Amino acid sequence: MSKHLTKMVALLAILSMTFLAACGGGSDAGGTEEAKQVLNAGYAPSEPPDLNPNTATDSTSGFVLRHTMEGLTRMSEDGQPIPGVADKWEPNEDGTKITFHLRDDAKWSNGDPVKAEDFEYAWKRVLDPETAADYAYQLFYLKNGEKYNAGKADKDEVGVKAVDDKTLEVELEKPTPYFMSLTSFYTLFPVNKSVAEENKDWAADAKTFVGNGPFKLKEWKHDEKLTLVKNENYWNKGKVKLDQINLPIITDAKTGYQQYKSGELDVGDSTILPTELVASALEKGEAKSDKIPASYFYMFNTKEKPFNNAKIRKAFALAIDRKSIVENVSQGGQGPATGFVPWQMPDHAEEKPWVETREDYLQPTAQADEAKKLLEEGMKEEGIDKLPEIAISYNTDEGHKKIAEAIQQMWKKNLDVDVKLNNMEWKVYLDKTKSGDYQIGRLGWLPDYIDPMTFMDMWVTGGGNNDTKWSNKKYDKLIKEAKSTDDQKVRMEKMHEAEELLMEEMPIMPIYFYTQNYMQQDYVKGVKRLPDTSTDFSEAYLTGK
Amino acid sequence: MSRYIGKRLVLMLVTLWVISTLTFVLMHSIPGDPFSSEKKLPKQTLENLKAKYHLDEPLPVQYVLYMKNLVMFDLGVSIKSETRTVNEYISDGFPVSAELGAYSMILALVLGIGMGVLAAFRQNKLADYNVMVLAVLGLSVPSFVIAPFFQKWFGGDWLPLMGWGDFKHAILPAVALSFLPLALVTRLMRSSMLEVMGQDYIRTARSKGLPPWRVITRHTLRNAIMPVVTIIGPLAVGILTGSFVIEHIFSIPGIGKYFVDSVLNRDYSLIMGITIFYSALLILVNFLVDLAYGLIDPRIKVGGKEAN
Repeated sequence: MSKHLTKMVALLAILSMTFLAACGGGSDAGGTEEAKQVLNAGYAPSEPPDLNPNTATDSTSGFVLRHTMEGLTRMSEDGQPIPGVADKWEPNEDGTKITFHLRDDAKWSNGDPVKAEDFEYAWKRVLDPETAADYAYQLFYLKNGEKYNAGKADKDEVGVKAVDDKTLEVELEKPTPYFMSLTSFYTLFPVNKSVAEENKDWAADAKTFVGNGPFKLKEWKHDEKLTLVKNENYWNKGKVKLDQINLPIITDAKTGYQQYKSGELDVGDSTILPTELVASALEKGEAKSDKIPASYFYMFNTKEKPFNNAKIRKAFALAIDRKSIVENVSQGGQGPATGFVPWQMPDHAEEKPWVETREDYLQPTAQADEAKKLLEEGMKEEGIDKLPEIAISYNTDEGHKKIAEAIQQMWKKNLDVDVKLNNMEWKVYLDKTKSGDYQIGRLGWLPDYIDPMTFMDMWVTGGGNNDTKWSNKKYDKLIKEAKSTDDQKVRMEKMHEAEELLMEEMPIMPIYFYTQNYMQQDYVKGVKRLPDTSTDFSEAYLTGK
Repeated sequence: MSRYIGKRLVLMLVTLWVISTLTFVLMHSIPGDPFSSEKKLPKQTLENLKAKYHLDEPLPVQYVLYMKNLVMFDLGVSIKSETRTVNEYISDGFPVSAELGAYSMILALVLGIGMGVLAAFRQNKLADYNVMVLAVLGLSVPSFVIAPFFQKWFGGDWLPLMGWGDFKHAILPAVALSFLPLALVTRLMRSSMLEVMGQDYIRTARSKGLPPWRVITRHTLRNAIMPVVTIIGPLAVGILTGSFVIEHIFSIPGIGKYFVDSVLNRDYSLIMGITIFYSALLILVNFLVDLAYGLIDPRIKVGGKEAN
């Protein structure tokens, strides 16, 4: 077929021969060619900016890291931690200390054993103020983690300690039941201490990159492609069926889509699925959509009139038709929001999805009459008979624009209110919402870990991400109570109560729950799509390609 | 001559300094910072980050620091990526962009001059009309429209849709990128040829009985090509800016797309680095074009008394 393929086959032939030679002979190399499992994946819309797990923050780097490295645990398809480098772990009684036992056969791709000190080294480096890692906060749960990052505690006081080569003791500030779900996240991956101390730029080049995951980084041509090959040193290599993953960097989704259609790619996410083709691709069955625990919403600036009034906020929130937005505007399989915490988020007390254990705070269609009544009451409370000029701010994007236009019409129709639309460039938008220079703004929120808390603690008074400036003592108290225990029943109860309050006060207006769309050829099997929105190819395989 | 060149070089350095200073000021005056995202970072993390990239210092100090490094040809580290320095971004990406740009430039000049000459000699005939339709298309249809069509019509096993490596990877993007400059050169060449062909000395040459090809090469072309040489500078700018889009569409590992991305990311050092690099390049191209005048047209004295 293409020269690409010929090259690849040649490469594979060389690879397999080297391998056979290394094994001291064996059967003829010619026979192994058709058995080679090579996946061409469209998951890199840009060059991965940083493959050092200590400082990586983006999804392309995340994809590579999740396949070339492994944390203490991996995530199962239902969001539970399953053994990774650690084969067992036990928390102490009050949940403030967890002892991890590392498996004996966990090895780095250079053959070194994975030691507990590799975790201690990596985690302390994440927290080191000099590293200035964006995701340092993922380790603020560790005892003195936050203080060390602020330069107020000593490195040795941080609550992570390698007791011996295979035992890691982790001490937490307070019981954090979702800490376990974080141990599969890349910020908490180990780093080969001796490699990193020798060469601090070990992660900048495929030649020096050392991982401990199912694959190893064979080639990294900047802005062009990455090649991952099976890691023979991986403890669970028997489960890994792919010999190679090719990860071309595809900067234009339309080009990616054509590549997929011409068979050059086997699977891919939004990297190869342009927004404007999602609806038709879903309809034709070319693309599939998975629900993910993420929420799209508008926030109100509660410090500015008229949205300082809860009734007015609620009136606006009730006056939109969420069903119509997902069916006619976004058209990507999204679900109308029934509350703030999205679907696919578990209620850890009932072992059921959170959306099933709560009442629906919002209806799919607009409640025009109630909204009108609330608006009148609210305006009376504020002593105004006319609303000031109102504008929706959003960052320039075709999708956000369409939704804002639809909502503009709904508010006109159901509340008889005229609003203006203000679009601006992404970083300008972030600047404006952060400084409170907006009335209504949009935001999409993805979870940091698999627990409703990753959504709920956003809105506490003075919270770093609380751009609504909303402040409610009762809410703060409920979140604080939920955070101070590891009793799941109490935690979930408090958070349900908090969400009810949030939906009564409505500093934010949920719109829809996200989906993740992807395309995958039928011959690709065994792909795991995880609740943290990542895709895991460690056990994937091709059949009958 | 050498005095002229020396003067020009000094002037070029001053221009470069003005550009970099302006860029520095403008870049820091637009709202937003490199570390903002929808998930806001804790205050102390932000402080750590700012300290790491010296963004916690007052702007004048940052400026002096930057200029100091610049003199040493050190463009700093990218804020967005720990992997590569700005120098590495440029040394990795520029050869690719330059190769692509060179193909497009050659294509535009060779084809454009050829078609322009052809159109001028067949003025108001079928060949002229065809060439002009093509030129109008090239001028009016932007490359981000042409490129996907090319991918759809011609992309396939022998002309890859994307990527970089062999010559065949360059064909589609180079053709797409050359569309606009090609149209410009063709139109310019045609009108300039027509003008020159009406001159008395051409009539004289013809009446002397010179063979037509000699009239074209010795007398017409040499005079008519001047305007085209003049626009090579702006043309290079056009190809560079055009490459921002083309590199994106064809996933080409050049430096063009970082010109836009770096601004969107507020990656200060990368913005500065690429701007300064491109400016230096364009200043150099313009300088070379000026020198080339003298070679083509002996009437122009580069660095002569009248040019000073």
